[in-house]
Amino acid sequence: MFENFFGRLDSAFLSGGGYKLMVEGLFNTILIAFCALIIGVILGTVFAVINVTPGKGKVNWILKKIASVYITVIRGTPVMVQLLLVYFGIAPVIKAFQISFSVALPFSSIKIKVTSALVWAILVFGINSSAYVAEIVRSGIQAVDKGQMEAGRSLGLPYSITMVKVVLPQAIKNILPALGNELIVLIKETSVAGFITVFDLTRAARAVVANTYDAFVPYFVLASIYLALVMIATYFVRRLERRLGKSD
Amino acid sequence: MIKTHQLKKSFGSLDVLKGIDYHVKKGEKIVVVGPSGSGKSTFLRCLNLLEAPTSGEVWFENNLISDKKADINKVRERMGMVFQQFNLFNNLTIMKNITLAPIKLKIHSEQEANENALRLLDRIGLREKADAYPAQLSGGQKQRVAIIRALAMNPKVMLFDEPTSALDPEMVGEVLEVMKELADSGMTMVVVSHEMGFAREVATRVLFMDDGMIVEENEPKEFFENPQSARLQDFLSKVL
Repeated sequence: MFENFFGRLDSAFLSGGGYKLMVEGLFNTILIAFCALIIGVILGTVFAVINVTPGKGKVNWILKKIASVYITVIRGTPVMVQLLLVYFGIAPVIKAFQISFSVALPFSSIKIKVTSALVWAILVFGINSSAYVAEIVRSGIQAVDKGQMEAGRSLGLPYSITMVKVVLPQAIKNILPALGNELIVLIKETSVAGFITVFDLTRAARAVVANTYDAFVPYFVLASIYLALVMIATYFVRRLERRLGKSD
Repeated sequence: MIKTHQLKKSFGSLDVLKGIDYHVKKGEKIVVVGPSGSGKSTFLRCLNLLEAPTSGEVWFENNLISDKKADINKVRERMGMVFQQFNLFNNLTIMKNITLAPIKLKIHSEQEANENALRLLDRIGLREKADAYPAQLSGGQKQRVAIIRALAMNPKVMLFDEPTSALDPEMVGEVLEVMKELADSGMTMVVVSHEMGFAREVATRVLFMDDGMIVEENEPKEFFENPQSARLQDFLSKVL
């Protein structure tokens, strides 16, 4: 397995030029995970707030039903199936995001291809993540003492301002570890994006394997890169936790 | 100033308030006493509609505020409330706790709100805590800040829901002191409390609630020295 490891490393990534593929793949993986996280947190928070907002009105009832169906469907189907369905089933019909251009990374000859598949992957992972984030945020909101909302309302502040300025910041602080977990899952889950032609990190490694007929070294490096990504993400989440913990 | 008419509140099959008629006049200091579960906190929370009454009416400055069409946020701007558990906003500094509502509701500009907050903090001797977070304050300090947070909105009336019940005994005095000063300044107050000394000294009227009803009400001297109903006599014999 490990015999002549460095020699094979060299021929796979350096002299063989595989590193360019890996950098492009890494860039796409980070881009998908990062954008999907932002979409997930924004959408997820919206659905969580819909779910916890009390009220007997018709609009409230309809929104709650939509949120509930959305979360059930998204959490109940595999993300890979969602990718396949959306990219091969829906995207050709609605013909959105039909783009294709390249951006050159500075200081190198590496080019990042922005394709419609990349945009769809970001959307699908974002929407997928939002269903999980919605449940995380909901539990976070419900863990905030209800006296906080009452105090805001007793001062004449509307529900919305009290939610955004008082309740949500405390909820987000409480759920940061769970959100960090979601980011880790997201980073690793993007490895199936290759199925809809996105050139992500895993697909790059597969290309290197195809070039060298060596399956061990490229996949070993691939695993190491994912591990490093997750550790870096964990580090930043911890730092954020400490920063937000200053009011304790 | 605040008037209730046949105010009723039920939680499921439990009738907590069974038809309260009362009129709080301008400048009065009403202290509500009674055994736990008598409905006194629910009564107070119905006055600013933190609890929605099951039936009956609540009037504030000649407006029917229990009506669905009433702008309850506007009403609450003029009714301050202090809670048993303080309920300071844990994620905000003391300064931001005090200025959030006046700024967001455009009562004051940011600068006015800050100056006003510092003035109020001076009044309770906590100016140096302006940039601290609630978790860094003692219970008594938190409750004093909660009182001035409500005052920063310039309310017409202040509601106190057992403001000293969650405090360590040695901190009760400092909070009651602030409340006394407030009473002396002419503020209309409705206070749910177990502090009989405060009721005797500060109240203009004392209400005794039991089982969802106002059983007896009187000016403090008569209330404590000459209780009429058997239930009040029994209650006073236990708490005094």
